[in-house]
Amino acid sequence: MTQVEQGGRGDAASRPYFRMGRILTGTATAIALPAAAVAIALLCGAVLLTLNGFNGTDVINVMLLGVFQDMRSVSEILLKATPLILIGTGLCVAFRCKMWNIGAEGQLYAGAVAATLVGVSFEGLSPWLYVPAVMIAGALGGAFWGGIAGYLKVRFHASEIVTTIMLNYIALITTSYLVTGPMKDAGAAYPQSARLLRESWLPALFTGMRVHIGIVIALVLALALYVFLYRSSAGYAMRVVGINPHAARYAGIKPGRNMISAMCISGGMAGLAGAIEIAGITHRLYQTISPGYGFEAIAVALLAGNNPLGAIASGGLFAVLRSGAELMQINSQVPQVLVLVIQGIVILSVVAFAAFRWRPGRKS
Amino acid sequence: MSDKPFLRMDNIHKSFGEIIVSAGVTLEIEEGEIHSLLGENGAGKSVLMSILCGILKPNSGQIIYRGKPLNIGSPREAIQQKIGMVHQHFMLVPNLTVAENYVLGQGSPLRLIRNMNEVHARIRDMSERYGLDVQPDAVVEDLSVGEQQRVEILKVLFHGCDLLILDEPTAVLTPQETDRLLDLMRGLVNDGKTVIFISHKLDEVMRASDRISVMRDCRVVHTTQVSDTSPRELARLMVGRDVLMELPHSPCEPGDTVLSVEGLSCRNELGLPALRDINLQVRKGEIVGIAGVSGNGQTELALALSGLLPVDAGRIELAGRDITGLSPTEINALSFAHVPEDRHKMGILMPMSLAENAILERYDQPPFMARGLLQRQKIAAHTRDLIARFRVKTRDENEPISNLSGGNQQKLVVARELARNPDFLLVSQLTRGIDIGAIEFILQEMLKQREAGRGILLISTELEELFAICDRILVISHGEILGEVPPDRDRLEEVGLLMAGKKADQKDMAAVGH
Amino acid sequence: MQDLLTLGFLAALLGAAWRLATPLIFAAIGEVFSERAGILNIGLEGTMLMGAFCGFAATFATGHIGLGLMAGIAAGMIFGLIFAFFTITVKANQIVVGAAINLLGLGLTSFLFRTYYVSTGRGVEIAAPVRIPWLSDLPFFGQAVFRQNPIVYSTVIVTILATILLYRSSFGLTLRAVGDHPKAVDVAGRSVAAYRYGAVLLGTGLAGLGGAFLTLGHSNQFVEGITSGRGFIALAVVIFARWSPVGAFFVSLLFGLFYALQLQLQAQPMGNVPYQVFQALPYLMTIIAVVVVGGKTVAPRSLGVPYNER
Repeated sequence: MTQVEQGGRGDAASRPYFRMGRILTGTATAIALPAAAVAIALLCGAVLLTLNGFNGTDVINVMLLGVFQDMRSVSEILLKATPLILIGTGLCVAFRCKMWNIGAEGQLYAGAVAATLVGVSFEGLSPWLYVPAVMIAGALGGAFWGGIAGYLKVRFHASEIVTTIMLNYIALITTSYLVTGPMKDAGAAYPQSARLLRESWLPALFTGMRVHIGIVIALVLALALYVFLYRSSAGYAMRVVGINPHAARYAGIKPGRNMISAMCISGGMAGLAGAIEIAGITHRLYQTISPGYGFEAIAVALLAGNNPLGAIASGGLFAVLRSGAELMQINSQVPQVLVLVIQGIVILSVVAFAAFRWRPGRKS
Repeated sequence: MSDKPFLRMDNIHKSFGEIIVSAGVTLEIEEGEIHSLLGENGAGKSVLMSILCGILKPNSGQIIYRGKPLNIGSPREAIQQKIGMVHQHFMLVPNLTVAENYVLGQGSPLRLIRNMNEVHARIRDMSERYGLDVQPDAVVEDLSVGEQQRVEILKVLFHGCDLLILDEPTAVLTPQETDRLLDLMRGLVNDGKTVIFISHKLDEVMRASDRISVMRDCRVVHTTQVSDTSPRELARLMVGRDVLMELPHSPCEPGDTVLSVEGLSCRNELGLPALRDINLQVRKGEIVGIAGVSGNGQTELALALSGLLPVDAGRIELAGRDITGLSPTEINALSFAHVPEDRHKMGILMPMSLAENAILERYDQPPFMARGLLQRQKIAAHTRDLIARFRVKTRDENEPISNLSGGNQQKLVVARELARNPDFLLVSQLTRGIDIGAIEFILQEMLKQREAGRGILLISTELEELFAICDRILVISHGEILGEVPPDRDRLEEVGLLMAGKKADQKDMAAVGH
Repeated sequence: MQDLLTLGFLAALLGAAWRLATPLIFAAIGEVFSERAGILNIGLEGTMLMGAFCGFAATFATGHIGLGLMAGIAAGMIFGLIFAFFTITVKANQIVVGAAINLLGLGLTSFLFRTYYVSTGRGVEIAAPVRIPWLSDLPFFGQAVFRQNPIVYSTVIVTILATILLYRSSFGLTLRAVGDHPKAVDVAGRSVAAYRYGAVLLGTGLAGLGGAFLTLGHSNQFVEGITSGRGFIALAVVIFARWSPVGAFFVSLLFGLFYALQLQLQAQPMGNVPYQVFQALPYLMTIIAVVVVGGKTVAPRSLGVPYNER
């Protein structure tokens, strides 16, 4: 099956063996095409705004520049970038192994539930132990949820696209059941869990701002996953499976095992994102702790050409777009959901570029 | 011959990028004859017929059919002109019934299908008339390969075609079924139809045809009446001995047995028998060739030896150790290397760099891996070494391997496999799709390995390459080894006949032999 | 507890199930055509949203439900055209394009809704129930099951028409072949791309109709994300139904029954069975279905695979 996704740009950008000269040209194409895609999308957004009676260019300007006006707004961007980078880099691993994980949203919830269970249970634990414990619980919860789809794919050839979508709903419904039932905070009127014990909260980065060390975790793990994919032998095996399972078997690499691992890694990253949302921001489990980060991260990974380092950039960009959209709603009364349209157009532009670039080389 | 041939394909050229698949072919077919197209795999037979059917569009050339130029490159035109082809890979939709397949693509799309009973009746009628047992309401995916072929042939007749093209139809048939098919072809011609029969099997072609055109290197090299030729001449024309290269090498001094195969049988991926009771031995310091027309079990032999295909019966020993049933990982860890037949399918990873391709089977072994991490300096140095030793033309080790020519890609694969210092080297279709310069270089390298005392099993459809470097040649046909021939150029035709499935005990062989 | 088992309750449940199944039936039958031609359209959710919004907007403007339904179909087909262009002509990955379509659908409809309609707070008049002679007079069932609006009844007609088109027309025959062995269709002189475009447009048109039903035959308002996953459920229905329109009708009805039960339980809790169990059941059953179906070759053989012309 020829996947556009494996086409030119992503691989040129992500090849680890390069020298200085080619870093420049390679990086240039790796940046130019996504940048062009974003530009096209913003242009479409501006046109759409103008058609509907807004001042398109002004709004886009506010959206892009206004978000950097002070440290507080940068802090908000970083908060939004954290889950996008975490999930996006995890998805890079799954997509590199050709596992179409559409279920990051559900894996995020699975992680959030696991993290909450741990976070409300152990009184008197030192934060040095408690915070990592909550993070690990979240990662394991997500990895388990992702691993189910991986196992069903390998063992029963059940399409991971379908199973991950269904597992999304099951995770959401289960969460809704838990916060209205067994995990419901007894004193609260609304469906929500008990508050996490303070020792399990993620510490803030700067006093007076909401941004917490989650962003540091995200950046470190994104780097770690880059090293894993491109510098480790296990990551190499995973990429080989994604490119060509026949060649993998020839080389003595077991495709099934790698496919399940890839799903566990991407699920674990999503679960961790869920844990960080809980331990860093909400401190409680709600029915809707994610505004669709799991779906948005698909676009983040795609825009990054499935390269974890690129996903830092595209995750940051999408966070800027999201923050900008909030700002434009406040300032210009433009509904912030416009950002979804822009994201959709970004994806379409990227696949179109990739397809047209790849086509000439495909013939032989 | 008549001035106005029934069909004339004139100077047909076709290439995919740099790969030429039809090099100015001219072919004339007369009405009411069985005309065979004979040639080895890759000689351009199927391509030529696909062009005639409008499935492939040639770069240049024209086709005159019944005195009028044919609108080239349109399957509809071929259908309207009553030209029908039975493809080697059947064009039957598996989830439809036989009758539904027959009416597929006919008539206006928005018409309702109401007269299926009539269609069924007509199919039963025709099935009886031509003696082809076809059930119109059977679903294609439930049918055996032989049954599907009958369905395909009757489909072409159902469409009322006057010109039938059968592409390697006997490849999937037993000898008895083949006899019936050849009779059917004769019957069709007596009915006023014209048949083009594609085959690489000499005996069938001799029995079935009125005239024969031999194809080689994407050209028609000779057309003759069947009465004016002999299997011997055809074998020579097919193989084309004039381009054989000379690679001088010392006589063989074999050492210990390094690979021993006893009674090996296995089935292919579809579960059909592919290898029957294979026995062979490779000793250190010798190159053993496996000659054969492709699709006769060579692929399965290579897969079974490397642990990629389960073995039904028999025993494989590598340097005295039983490796039957070991996994590819376990076999890779032994003194074994494998250059696979289809480098794109198995040997290389197109989007990856040369360096990443150079460690494919050893990515998790020292010195390329330490503490779980790839050792990039060592990998780069190793790759540069391979590039230098095998004169791989590339910018550097970081270039994606997809940028390289086929020959250079193959050089890297061979270099990678030899770098593992194996006692035994399994090499499949070593020179497929690569340029002459690279071929010579790689063959020379094989001879060096032989000098170094390695045992090599070379599976190939290219007789030239086998005769150039092998010490012994085994001929495989229908999953069986039919005989062993020394690489003596005088006995080339003998190999050709064995490849065509003629066992050594047949009369013809005596004439060819000495 | 007792009244759960009365005939009247069952009838009411069945009537609600049919109503709740209606958007699924349309979308799933549409997707049957698409997948039979080898195109997996993950973007159904966004497509249905477009249908729901445009149907609502057209009826809001004209007061005419028929026009609204047609607008819904047209909106679905426009999204279908975008999807088809990228997946068939550009040959981009169907999943990626589908994901983009979902974002576009959710974003565009929410944006336009908030811009123009959210402040009005007004709805439209939804299609009125129609009595069917004789059937509506049946005891118990007549009142509950056969007092639906014409859109709900039309699911039966659409199912029959779809079955005829797929199994009894030359178009349907070729369509089924396109998804299974596109090359055979190509060799038979038909354009694979044209049939795939046709199938996608048919499928997205029906998805648009399913979406429009939500705003014009079910609730009288557009709400952001009103489809709430029905587009994804429709994908599951198709697998469960083994790619047959009649199957899609009945599987949708089954899923509709779960919806109805879950709504019923939310209103009237029964013992200690949480209503979420019924909410989750369709998804769980879908996973079981793909696990059971998984290895076997009932899916169109070239589903999801772009076709390279000669």
